[in-house]
Amino acid sequence: MKGLIQEQGPIALPASRVGLWVFLAVVTSLFGLFAVVYNMRAEFPDWRPLPDPTLLWLNTGLLILGSITLQRARSVSEKPNLNSLKWSLTTSSLLTIGFLFGQIIAWRQLASSGYFFTTNPANAFFYLLTGLHGLHLLGGLWFLGRANLKIWGNVEIYSIEEIAHLRLSVQLCSFYWHYLLLIWLILFSLLLST
Amino acid sequence: MAYVAFADRDTHSHDPDTFLTKYIWSQDHKVIAIQYAITAISVGLVALVLSLLFRLQLGFPDSFSLVKPNEYYQYVTMHGMIMVVYLLTALFLGGFGNYLIPLMCGARDMVFPYLNMLSFWFYLLSVIVLMSSFFVPGGPTGAGWTLYPPQSISPGTPGVDGGIVLMILSLAIFIVAFTMGGLNYVTTVLQARARGMTLMRMPLSIWGIFVATILGLLAFPALFVAAIMLFLDRVIGTSFFMPEMLAMGNTTEYGGGSPILFQHLFWFFGHPEVYIVALPAFGMVSDVLSVHARKNIFGYRMMVWAIVAIGALSFVVWAHHMYVSGMNPYFGFFFATTTLIIAIPTALKVYNWILTLWRGDLHLTVPMLFAIGFIFTFIHGGLTGLFLGNVTVDLPLSDTYFVIGHFHMVMGVSPVLVLFAAIYHWFPKITGRMFHTGLGKLHFWFTLIGTYSIYLPMHYLGILGLPRRYFAYGDTDFIPESAHLMNAGITIAALLVAAAQCLFFINVIWSLAKGKKADPNPWRAASLEWLTPDTPPKHGNWGAELPEVHRWPYDYSVPGATQDFIPQTVPANSGVAPRNEQETEG
Repeated sequence: MKGLIQEQGPIALPASRVGLWVFLAVVTSLFGLFAVVYNMRAEFPDWRPLPDPTLLWLNTGLLILGSITLQRARSVSEKPNLNSLKWSLTTSSLLTIGFLFGQIIAWRQLASSGYFFTTNPANAFFYLLTGLHGLHLLGGLWFLGRANLKIWGNVEIYSIEEIAHLRLSVQLCSFYWHYLLLIWLILFSLLLST
Repeated sequence: MAYVAFADRDTHSHDPDTFLTKYIWSQDHKVIAIQYAITAISVGLVALVLSLLFRLQLGFPDSFSLVKPNEYYQYVTMHGMIMVVYLLTALFLGGFGNYLIPLMCGARDMVFPYLNMLSFWFYLLSVIVLMSSFFVPGGPTGAGWTLYPPQSISPGTPGVDGGIVLMILSLAIFIVAFTMGGLNYVTTVLQARARGMTLMRMPLSIWGIFVATILGLLAFPALFVAAIMLFLDRVIGTSFFMPEMLAMGNTTEYGGGSPILFQHLFWFFGHPEVYIVALPAFGMVSDVLSVHARKNIFGYRMMVWAIVAIGALSFVVWAHHMYVSGMNPYFGFFFATTTLIIAIPTALKVYNWILTLWRGDLHLTVPMLFAIGFIFTFIHGGLTGLFLGNVTVDLPLSDTYFVIGHFHMVMGVSPVLVLFAAIYHWFPKITGRMFHTGLGKLHFWFTLIGTYSIYLPMHYLGILGLPRRYFAYGDTDFIPESAHLMNAGITIAALLVAAAQCLFFINVIWSLAKGKKADPNPWRAASLEWLTPDTPPKHGNWGAELPEVHRWPYDYSVPGATQDFIPQTVPANSGVAPRNEQETEG
């Protein structure tokens, strides 16, 4: 099921990079609109802010570390020896999975202290925004997971195109991770501020 | 990196060989375009039949009992939503966007063919989900195509059980499909143009589709956000939009939400949506007019900047749909001003179309007739838009047939005329056959005169104060007998227009079977899609070598040239210099 373009090696590089930029514009529009709506809805008198779980700080730390390790993966991916790439890619994936688990635990903590989805719009927004952000990370993990499978495979037999493709996916993943980290930091400050 | 022609290297083109990979799970942009078009036109026919059913009720309230009041609202809602989103958006961008972008830019395919295929299948899924709402208990939603809460999800509104949920789901799936397609359209235009195809040498069709896609990518998220939140309000009982209220005499669980918030989100999508439909139409009509008038488009650069300006302005006018919801007078003033400002680039385009025709060598072919018809309907629809853009004029007219007349003229009839112009214009390239000219002309005159007889009287009914959204008027003092008569006349015209569309389908089927084999370039057009080695173009579009572009696509009737058109691939030094570099503005 390969189309015309995939087999053509390095030339596909700029297209997928531009594709990612366009996609991030869509993501920006989505989260930006949510932020606007959040602020508008928060002005209504029935808004009851919920306590922000301390766990979120830890999760934020994990996500920052995930972004840093992925940036490291990006810089070592330029080197001819791809061995050092293995560990930074995997660490970054594990840190991200850790973040996602942490978010689920934070949800459970809130739910067990009675802050359910429907009790107040503040709660609903909390679950909705964290969930949506998590889904975007999950989508990124799918691509990062494929890069992981690739790098832990038999690298010696890869063609130049395959290695170039691998480097590109590491670059694009790291860009996407930084962007989602930025979105998370904005969301987090939004959640803290109300 | 714009000129790196990705296919200019020796590669195996991976031609699909089985029926399944060639026509069903195809990644070829031309097949996907046709899949999109067939699906969109089929679902559009459903919406057309719905409109006939409720028109019969409106024209002859006592003679037909085809629809009950609930069904009337359901059919009106489905008619609106299907026509705007599932027909026009899908056909312009999924259909023509897919077909024309690679061919007009000189690419072999979209840059992400697999994503492109997924886009179609998600679109088909969204249509199936939408259509399935006809078969759930309670039927489809009758909330009006704007789906305003609280009414759309409160008991008493038709389709509140299943219909509204399916509608929201279907919209969400459609948005996912559109995003996948849109990523492709934008990236292909930016990255896969042939060597020499600068942005300012792109046909206006591509400019229109390109800017409309960007609008869609930025505006559809607003509908997505609104859909998620409305879905949660309906299904698990959050109160994003739902205020504290009584429904059917009982208090509801809801409280504190803001219905106005939904309206802002909806129209932040809804107004750019008008231009998502209009901009590709503007672009395509420009190309059709220029080819059949044998003249370059007047003021090409101005036309491009007008498209971009309209696109940008369309994001700051949304609240003119909400004057009646009530707002700070300064907001009303702001939005009325921006709305009137958008008329400037729009009027500029209209002048340029007319100046393109001025002293041209007009060939009144079928596509040309439709394109000229568009200029008429668009001017009429656009002028009434100027009325409605003013708060004080909008308030009394908003709930009347004036609004129905206005937007059907400007975003119903006008884009549909362009769609027909485009279908007739590119039919020879898409199918390799010529259509029947006589049938096409008959189709045009019935459609143009018919739609005028539907929508022009509606303006009069509106000024009379005839309210829209009513199932039947009964005996009402201020509605004279003549208005009822006019309503009956509108219904008869609608039936005739619908019947006239059979001419189109007969023409398509007849031409596919028996039509004359088409010349590769029957209109003697200069843009790239007419220069493919095969007609219809094969997988990969260009044979062994990609085209190289040396001039803009509007070199018609160039003085001193041997032919009355110079294809974009003819080098600049062969006889005549490329024209847009000589004289940029017309």
